[in-house]
Amino acid sequence: MKKKHFSLFLGLSLLLLLGGCDAALIDPQGRVGQQQLTLILTAFGLMMIVVIPVIVMTVLFAWRYRENGEATYTPDWAHSNAIETVVWFIPFVIIAFLAWLTWQTSHSLDPHKPLKSDVESMEIQAVSLDWKWLFIYPEQGIATVNEVAFPAGVPVHFRVSSGSVMNSFFIPALGSQIYAMAGMDNDVHLEADDPGTYSGRSVHYSGAGFSGMIFDAIATTEEGFDEWVDNVRESSKTLTFPEEYYVLAEPTRNHPVEYFSQASPELYTQILESFHGGSGGSQQEKHGEQGGDHQGTPMSAEAAE
Amino acid sequence: MFGKLSLESIPYHEPIIMSVVVVIALGGILLFGLLTYYKKWMYLWSEWITSVDHKKLGIMYFIVALVMLIRGFSDAIMMRTQQAIAAGGAEGYLPPHHYDQIFTAHGVIMIFFVAMPMVIGLMNLVVPLQIGARDVAFPFLNNLSFWLFAAGVVLVNVSLFVGEFAKTGWLSYAPLSELQYSPGVGVDYWIWALQISGIGTTLTGINFFVTILKMRTKGMTLFRMPIFTWTSLCANVLIIASFPILTATIAMLTLDRYLGMHFFTNDFGGNMMMYVNLIWAWGHPEVYILILPAFGVFSEVIATFSRKRLFGYATLVWATVAITVLSFIVWLHHFFTMGSGANVNAFFGIMTMLIAIPTGVKIFNWLFTMFRGRLQFTSPVLWTLGFIITFTLGGMTGVMLAVPAANFVLHNSLFVIAHFHNVIIGGVVFGMMAGMTYWFPKAFGFTLDEKWGKRSFWCWFTGFYLAFMPLYVLSFFGAARRMQSYAETEWQPWFILAAIGALVILVGIACTIIQIVVSIRDREKNADITGDPWDARTPEWATSSPAPFYNFAHLPAVNSIDSFWEDKQKNGPNAQLSEPPYDDIHMPKNTVAGPVMGVISIALGFALVWHIWWLAGVSALGLFVTFMLRVFNDDIDYYVPAAEVERIENAHKQQLKELQA
Repeated sequence: MKKKHFSLFLGLSLLLLLGGCDAALIDPQGRVGQQQLTLILTAFGLMMIVVIPVIVMTVLFAWRYRENGEATYTPDWAHSNAIETVVWFIPFVIIAFLAWLTWQTSHSLDPHKPLKSDVESMEIQAVSLDWKWLFIYPEQGIATVNEVAFPAGVPVHFRVSSGSVMNSFFIPALGSQIYAMAGMDNDVHLEADDPGTYSGRSVHYSGAGFSGMIFDAIATTEEGFDEWVDNVRESSKTLTFPEEYYVLAEPTRNHPVEYFSQASPELYTQILESFHGGSGGSQQEKHGEQGGDHQGTPMSAEAAE
Repeated sequence: MFGKLSLESIPYHEPIIMSVVVVIALGGILLFGLLTYYKKWMYLWSEWITSVDHKKLGIMYFIVALVMLIRGFSDAIMMRTQQAIAAGGAEGYLPPHHYDQIFTAHGVIMIFFVAMPMVIGLMNLVVPLQIGARDVAFPFLNNLSFWLFAAGVVLVNVSLFVGEFAKTGWLSYAPLSELQYSPGVGVDYWIWALQISGIGTTLTGINFFVTILKMRTKGMTLFRMPIFTWTSLCANVLIIASFPILTATIAMLTLDRYLGMHFFTNDFGGNMMMYVNLIWAWGHPEVYILILPAFGVFSEVIATFSRKRLFGYATLVWATVAITVLSFIVWLHHFFTMGSGANVNAFFGIMTMLIAIPTGVKIFNWLFTMFRGRLQFTSPVLWTLGFIITFTLGGMTGVMLAVPAANFVLHNSLFVIAHFHNVIIGGVVFGMMAGMTYWFPKAFGFTLDEKWGKRSFWCWFTGFYLAFMPLYVLSFFGAARRMQSYAETEWQPWFILAAIGALVILVGIACTIIQIVVSIRDREKNADITGDPWDARTPEWATSSPAPFYNFAHLPAVNSIDSFWEDKQKNGPNAQLSEPPYDDIHMPKNTVAGPVMGVISIALGFALVWHIWWLAGVSALGLFVTFMLRVFNDDIDYYVPAAEVERIENAHKQQLKELQA
């Protein structure tokens, strides 16, 4: 099994490396992405059991039973219990195995599930705005735009929401993406193996500035992270809610990296709650009734399903 | 007076759009001139526009679909060109507001105004003939369906010149499609074009459902129906069950946008996740509405040209039914990444994979139909072989996407784009091209040119792989869908390759156009006098080509799946010829109400888009009055005298005698 994966992996990566690029999904830099690559290749390999025979049979049958060929011709033959059994059975067995695999991996790779680790995880809150990513560090009390850093080897709990339309938070080299939705507290757990800079982006279309909603995800060393935080803290800018936040939330395209030396630890919750009940604080009372049970604590995407 | 509409709504400053306007205007003037010069207006009105003949409606659906294919494909070429140049900080030639309209229009047009009318057009042309009926159950409704669809087409095209189209992606996900984030008229054009044509589609679904269940000829039990009719029946069940969801979802979005309600808004308790769920509860069955009839086409083609019974007919039927049922419980696989729990995701993933079983069985059935047959390599067969290979690969990538944990890295990337083009081009487009070639003689009385048909196939086939394999590769680099530009210059070669693929497909489309022109030129040479050019198996070939307006002088009786074929084996090739005495034939009359309601619907849609309330009111009233006038009109049918039937049938026999002499 392992050996087959490896050769498939080799084949695919060879194909991709021909382009001379670093292919994020083929060369994952974190354990979530690595398991997902194995899963993709396993599913791919399993289905080859059917796909290859089908393609071979198509060409073979078409040629062998061509109009002017010599092969047997049975114009009224249209049923065979043996063939019927085989053509139902083989796809069934493959799908049964894939279904088992699906069930296992849906749970083991559930983005909401914390990653097991000896190291304590850290929390970063990511909020999609038009058209940039705001990252809030509740433990450090800082915030950044379009750049996120975390130490390699530490599980990161990304809480993901939106201050605008739907987006999807994705760092391809590390694994799973998750939707960012206004008023919803979504999350994904990721970890980078080694220090490095990986590109991240929104992959769910969100309007005119969508293409520029990209950010660098920097996996640092432990000391490197502290330096990075200190660097952010040197910024003269701060981020308060609602005033400075709503200025930042104004639509911009290709927003540059920005550091905020101070951000309130409640900022993320404040953004979430701004959508509950009514739009903004002023209308909240007036329309509070209609808000119904959406008011109060932030709703998780999972619960709302 | 004119609502939000002003002269500034016309995009004078967009040279690309303005040149399209000029070309279309010149084309329109030319067409108008020709019709006037050759005095064809009355012909057009009485033979086509007001016709309730299912064959003519089918042809009109197909013509509109081919025209819209060119429009939709122009969008595709523009997107591929843009992405081929907009790398590493380059903006390309399409700014976001234009690029975003283009990919939205491409999706909307290709699904609603190309694939759907092709499928519905083919159903119109073929189903009544296959079940041995004279027309559909509700002929007026059928005409109305077409004109409502045409109204949708007109609205989408008007949006190009007056105002803008949606910049939201083809499904207009809320909250992006809400007034707050899309204040322009683009989403409103999307809403009304889809609502009006969607009602037409729902009516078609009901019409064909009833037709197939109630109007089958003597002896045609359900399990003696040709497989294309079976797949059409299932597609129509899906239409009836799913299109109301689309209508209701868009209606709620409309209430949000027009009356300030909060179904899907970010705030005041709106829930965008509900929108996404609802739109896919329609959207997933929709893809099976498209692919099932294509499966039917391949089944007919492969049996006919293998000169052999279809292998495993009953299995094919049950597989189709299984897919029909399953297609309603898989919608969540379009958004695993929304963050449902592991159990929910796993359930929908596994349900999705289950579809691969009946689909796989179908593929093996086609293969074993070829097995021990005598396969003729006609162009419909090439499309079918190309389909089996391409669709199998597309199905495989579909199953990969259906594994939630894998979907978390593949979703929203170009992998999804490559996958669904893999199944829609490889399945629906190839199927419709095969179907068009196969049934063309039944519609027009002459066959399509094979040489150009095969050229078209090879261009589409190679073009597809060139255009979409690079997208699979790009998805592994982390390339998202719908990017107007990207920073990574190392992606560019793959995008250029994809653009070249699109150009090869363009050549394929050109081949089809040439094919049609050449075939019309050589129509005498390629005439189908027998009515059965392929030596086929199903009842539609038991009448002359083109089929007379009443379809059959005597409705054919059926006692097995391959009744017509067996009849020919027993009684020789002229077995299908009708014999006197003839009876009077009861037929529906043409309708003025259909096209009139279509035109009023355009006015209604346009008025609602631009908030021209008086026009909306007048149009709504006009629609109601026209419909009522039609409802209370009793003069809707007539009898074709037996003598007239005899004259038409004798003319056909005379032609045949000359051919055989």
